[in-house]
Amino acid sequence: MTDARILTRALVDPATTVAFGAEDWTSLMAMARAEQLMGSLAHRLDGLDHLPEKVAQLCADARQSADHARRQALWEAEMARRVLAPLGEPVALLKGTAYVAAGLSAGVGRSIGDLDILVRRDALDAVEQVLIEQGGWEWVKDDAYDQAYYRDYMHELPPLIHKERDRMIDVHHTVLPLTARPTPDAEAMLADSVELENGLRILSPADMICHSAAHLFADGDLAGGLRNLWDIDRLLRDFGPRDGFWQALRARADRHQLAKTVARALRLAETLYETPLSGDVADRRRVGDALYVRRLLSRDGWGRETRKILRLAFYIRSHWLRMPPVMLAKHLWTKWRKGAG
Amino acid sequence: MKHELRVRVGSVGFRIGSDWKQPIDQLAALYKDYPTPDIPDFTVRLFAQRPWRRFIRPSVMIGGDYMLPDAAPLSLAHGLLAAEMGMNLQMALGQRRYLLLHASAVERDGKALLMTGDSGAGKSTLSALLGERGWRFMGDEFALIDLETGALHAFPRPVSLKNEAIALFEGAVEADRLGPIMRDTPKGDIRHLRPPKDAIARMGEPAKPALLLFPRFGYDPDVREVGEAEIFVRLTQASTNYVALGEAGFGALSDLVQNIPTRAIDYPDTESAVASVERLWAELAE
Repeated sequence: MTDARILTRALVDPATTVAFGAEDWTSLMAMARAEQLMGSLAHRLDGLDHLPEKVAQLCADARQSADHARRQALWEAEMARRVLAPLGEPVALLKGTAYVAAGLSAGVGRSIGDLDILVRRDALDAVEQVLIEQGGWEWVKDDAYDQAYYRDYMHELPPLIHKERDRMIDVHHTVLPLTARPTPDAEAMLADSVELENGLRILSPADMICHSAAHLFADGDLAGGLRNLWDIDRLLRDFGPRDGFWQALRARADRHQLAKTVARALRLAETLYETPLSGDVADRRRVGDALYVRRLLSRDGWGRETRKILRLAFYIRSHWLRMPPVMLAKHLWTKWRKGAG
Repeated sequence: MKHELRVRVGSVGFRIGSDWKQPIDQLAALYKDYPTPDIPDFTVRLFAQRPWRRFIRPSVMIGGDYMLPDAAPLSLAHGLLAAEMGMNLQMALGQRRYLLLHASAVERDGKALLMTGDSGAGKSTLSALLGERGWRFMGDEFALIDLETGALHAFPRPVSLKNEAIALFEGAVEADRLGPIMRDTPKGDIRHLRPPKDAIARMGEPAKPALLLFPRFGYDPDVREVGEAEIFVRLTQASTNYVALGEAGFGALSDLVQNIPTRAIDYPDTESAVASVERLWAELAE
């Protein structure tokens, strides 16, 4: 059965595509698009002389599209910065926008959707007020249950969208939903964050890995997992050679109660992307790892999701980790009734 | 997928996969004069929402490289329409090599006439009609503007004739150029018309945009000038990827607007429209 292994191999070592026929290229590109990795792949393949003309053309289109995404993401961050600056609060960029703002390899060719920022929980009301009253953002859905649900249990405000630019902003005050079992120390992440030239901040290298790892496993059913894991691979290749990085990663993973999460992310990155690891943060292999690999690669040459039962199992697990059982039942019941009405 | 067809329209290759045989057979008949791409640009998938919906009240979901999050499924009787919508969707959301305008286009002497307007304005019908009367048909749905040269590239997929327009062609063209009639689709009755052989054979030839018209059907004959700012704004609204292209899109659109003679035309019937088009072409086409 075909799976996304040809995609992970092409990303790691673009030369593996040298013997590709038309059929392989067709599958590769359908998978890369479905996994939001087309821009990253296009950059990896750039300059190789064995690419068929059509592939070279589609890669050039994808690179151009990623350039535009980068410009838009940075502009959106700047818009938020201007509105939030008077508050004097630290604002850390997260995920894609952070990678491109910091010029990290993970940002090369990356697709970027929403702007994600992290602020202190105590500053949340002020940030929300300024974004809405002065910045031109508004709630995507002004539904009382959703609003209350986000505020009571989630790690971020309900999504806001800009009235004119049509771009979403996710304001985080911590890393994982409040109901999830590990409780990362968001205040410590902000305290350790690094200031960029324009006054916005990015997380420290170790915290960036912790955040990416938490995000990889916590969000949904590992949807977008190959892309999130690619981020981790690229970040580790950037940070790995720096003095003290692996010790810092160990210490921060412990502090954020994410030791197991980070360890698994590292092992998966090593398996799928041959990420060079150092030290003992990755821990030893576990039986479950193989299931994660199977799930992450469950994509066929038409770009379709495969291994439905495995996917479902991961979906249920993600909700299980996110909230206690009674609460989960209540949540699904409310959502179902609203859906039916 | 179980059933598959590959087809190239202009420079754009598609791979269409389907859980059912019928839409693929219909597509194959409709696209019989078109070439097969080696590596397609885009993948389209027609699939059943649940495994049993392949057989019981079959309904066709549209997927592919690029998808809308909550597109409604179509009945299997409209499977051909679903395939066309899937291909259009890939172009609208995924195409980055050209500035895409929702416009029809025909060519004469290497120069192109573009027509754009709201749905129902008649741009599709007019382009098909002109395509039968000495013009080369270049497309009824998307006009592809080259970001570097400003040239218009053909995208001559089969025309979707709608409602009253269907009768204009039945009996007037060879019967095998018409697809199956699909009644009561979300857009009314639809029947596809395969462009003339010559339009398909020459689909690799670009043309220089020479006249832009905003036709409007159902009014007394009239011709009006349109200001540059209005043309620009109307074309941004008619473009599916203007925003996604950023500066390159702005550059291509500005060049087009500054260089192409443009008129808005009203017409009560197609014969009057054809006459106006010919007259304006003789006066203005550069």
